[in-house]
Amino acid sequence: MSDVFLDLRNVVKRFSGVAALDDVSLTIRSGEIHCLAGENGSGKSTVIKVMSGVYRPDSGSIAIDGRTHSHLTPIEAIRHGIQVIYQDFSLFGNLTVAENLALNTELRNKRKLVNWRSVRDLARRALDRLGVDIDPEQEVDELSTAGRQLVAIARALMSDPRLLIMDEPTTALTRKEVETMFRIVRDIQAHGISILFVSHKMREMLEISERLSVIRNGRMVAEGPTSNFDESTIVRHMTGHDISSETYHWKAPATPTPPRLEIAGLTLAGAFEDLALSVHPGEIVGLSGLLGSGRTEVAQALFGLEPGHTGTVRIDGVPVPLDRVQTAIDAGIAYVPEDRLTEGLFLTQSIDRNILATIYERIADWSVIDRPKAANLAASSIKALQIATPTGDKPVGELSGGNQQRVVLARWLLTEAKVLILNGPTVGVDVGSKAEIHRIIRDLAVEKGLAVVMISDDILELVQNCNRIVVMHRGRFVETFETADTSEQRISDMLTSFK
Amino acid sequence: MTLFRRSEVVIAAILLVAMILIGLVNPAFWQVDNLFSLLRSNVIIGIMALGVLLVMLSGGFDVSFPAFAVAAMYLTVKGMLYFGYVGVLVPFVCAILIGAACGSINAFFVWKFRMIPLIVTLGTGSMVRGFLLGVVGTSMINIDRFPPVLIDFAKAEVFTITKADGTHSGLTAMVLIYFALALGVHLMLRHTMIGRSIFALGGGAEAATRVGFDLKKTIFFIYCLAGALAGFAGMLHCSMIWLANPRDFVGTDLEVIAAVVLGGASIFGGRGSVLGTMLGVFMLVMVKNSLIIMKVDTTWQLVVVGSIIVIATAATAWRDRKRQA
Repeated sequence: MSDVFLDLRNVVKRFSGVAALDDVSLTIRSGEIHCLAGENGSGKSTVIKVMSGVYRPDSGSIAIDGRTHSHLTPIEAIRHGIQVIYQDFSLFGNLTVAENLALNTELRNKRKLVNWRSVRDLARRALDRLGVDIDPEQEVDELSTAGRQLVAIARALMSDPRLLIMDEPTTALTRKEVETMFRIVRDIQAHGISILFVSHKMREMLEISERLSVIRNGRMVAEGPTSNFDESTIVRHMTGHDISSETYHWKAPATPTPPRLEIAGLTLAGAFEDLALSVHPGEIVGLSGLLGSGRTEVAQALFGLEPGHTGTVRIDGVPVPLDRVQTAIDAGIAYVPEDRLTEGLFLTQSIDRNILATIYERIADWSVIDRPKAANLAASSIKALQIATPTGDKPVGELSGGNQQRVVLARWLLTEAKVLILNGPTVGVDVGSKAEIHRIIRDLAVEKGLAVVMISDDILELVQNCNRIVVMHRGRFVETFETADTSEQRISDMLTSFK
Repeated sequence: MTLFRRSEVVIAAILLVAMILIGLVNPAFWQVDNLFSLLRSNVIIGIMALGVLLVMLSGGFDVSFPAFAVAAMYLTVKGMLYFGYVGVLVPFVCAILIGAACGSINAFFVWKFRMIPLIVTLGTGSMVRGFLLGVVGTSMINIDRFPPVLIDFAKAEVFTITKADGTHSGLTAMVLIYFALALGVHLMLRHTMIGRSIFALGGGAEAATRVGFDLKKTIFFIYCLAGALAGFAGMLHCSMIWLANPRDFVGTDLEVIAAVVLGGASIFGGRGSVLGTMLGVFMLVMVKNSLIIMKVDTTWQLVVVGSIIVIATAATAWRDRKRQA
């Protein structure tokens, strides 16, 4: 039996009466990689903050090396060797890598003057220890996200930690960068340091960790060796119910109807060439391809954002010139962009205003907004899409990722769209919300007879929700699969062969 | 780090080109007289710019310094006349303390209420100016009453040259004070932890706290030092022009901020240097000077200063965005 480094015992933490952590126990052994899985709002970050001394538990205890404490202060936590790498890394973008690495040590030694030689030496040693090739004289802002993360890790290691807590470390990394990071994490582990990996990404957790704990609504619901888990059991523990994994079926109507969306000879120099596609009412067509295959450009062209394209686009048989966004909206095309936060939503504005943003003209008489009508429309949208909020006056920024995505959907549905283009519809959304959003999209396709084009990196998402999947490579549609006749594996093999 | 990625090198290059161009248009530019007077005009704006740089590095914005400078100089000179004091050191220490005290008001509001520095300094600047005019007085103290000891002090020259026609021109010794202060601020920013804490604060207040900087100390240090520099500059200014005018330094805020931004400091904080600021000050003074030599109407100077702010800010913002690519 390996020895235990840290033991949370029956920790309870309440915020104004509501239990964020309810009798949580968690054991971290020396030198293990432990995953803490949970959806957003499940209490993951509260656990981190109790361990790092930011929060003081209402009851329960924290034992470190067998010695029991009722709580820790941030300084004590650091002294006991607990280091947290936050999602934002807490680095100074305007300072060099070397200074970022050395600041902690300098402050701890209560230095008044800066010895730049020792700053460089400290930094060089910290980077060498991690075995990464980063120029210590570079400014942190010039580094990639992965580079910044490595600097944050190197900084954490400088204080000889016993436990490294990493909060959602893979969020902004590419697959290749994730692999590099995993190699480094294993290397750190080899030095006897424990790692607590906090995440909601199933595959990565299964890949890296030795033991796994799942938290849901502030309670530990499962714990054990990672080999006891697979994706579906983790999902079940995280969400509390089984997530259906049936596929979407679409039957062509007995009497042939014209396609909702028909593309022919669509070309944009440097992005895509000679694309043809028909999507019928009720169809959900997946668009898959590597980053840079041209898939996003296609979506943007269909929404009038790439006026330079040639070829024809017909909606219900009528050709539409998609030279501006407004013509696309008028033609009944709705687009939910990849980065809903920067492209789609006004975060500080209310839910109602966000939902109504594109249809103000329709609910206004002589440019004066018909308030009761607006309120009714917004309220019915909130209800239809099951947006979890007590009122439509709340700023969208306060909603969870899943609910924000629903606001975007609600907005476009009010435009009475015929074609819905979704680019990465569930990026950054937790599993439970993800399934909900999928269900909403499928229902909408069927009920409203929408033609849906879904672009995603997540092949499983496409396989589960689309009746047809088109694979794109170097600006061309290279293959079309009927989902019923294919598998996630086949498509992902195909994409891998493109690399 | 390649040479050309350093802002100072770029600014120096632009400055050199501008000097050559101006020299071509107007050969009088390179005359020793003109160069000496240029350097003289650098002193006050330059010392104030050092204070503005500190605030800007921390991510703040200061528009109160002209008011503090006026208050420090007018109160001190009034006091000297009232007490009949003859001396140089005490008045300057006084002016520095008045400036620092005013600065601490800024620091208090910025720290305690987490207010936006621009708003705080707009308020305090206006309050101090109004208070000075309303309570202390509105009359100018000009040459007939101005303390001669200050005039003599500011007359000191580093060296003089005699020109062909027998007249003298000299370089004021006040540039040495300016250079010494600049060197001091540079060393403080580069080699002390309090200096680095200013950069850290400008890089991100949250992260600076997590690393363990005492931001209260940093904020008070920044605003008090900026105030002290302004107070000192005010005192030196009146000694150099033999006049204490309680309505002085109107529009100076814009010029100084333009110079600092021109020197490559980012208005978002965290980036900038003393050397760059000094180059920026020189460039601004030079442009104004050549407009005068070329007999351009003074109202057009406003347009030029305004354009400098807009263009320089756009350039630094563009630089910072590219860095983050």
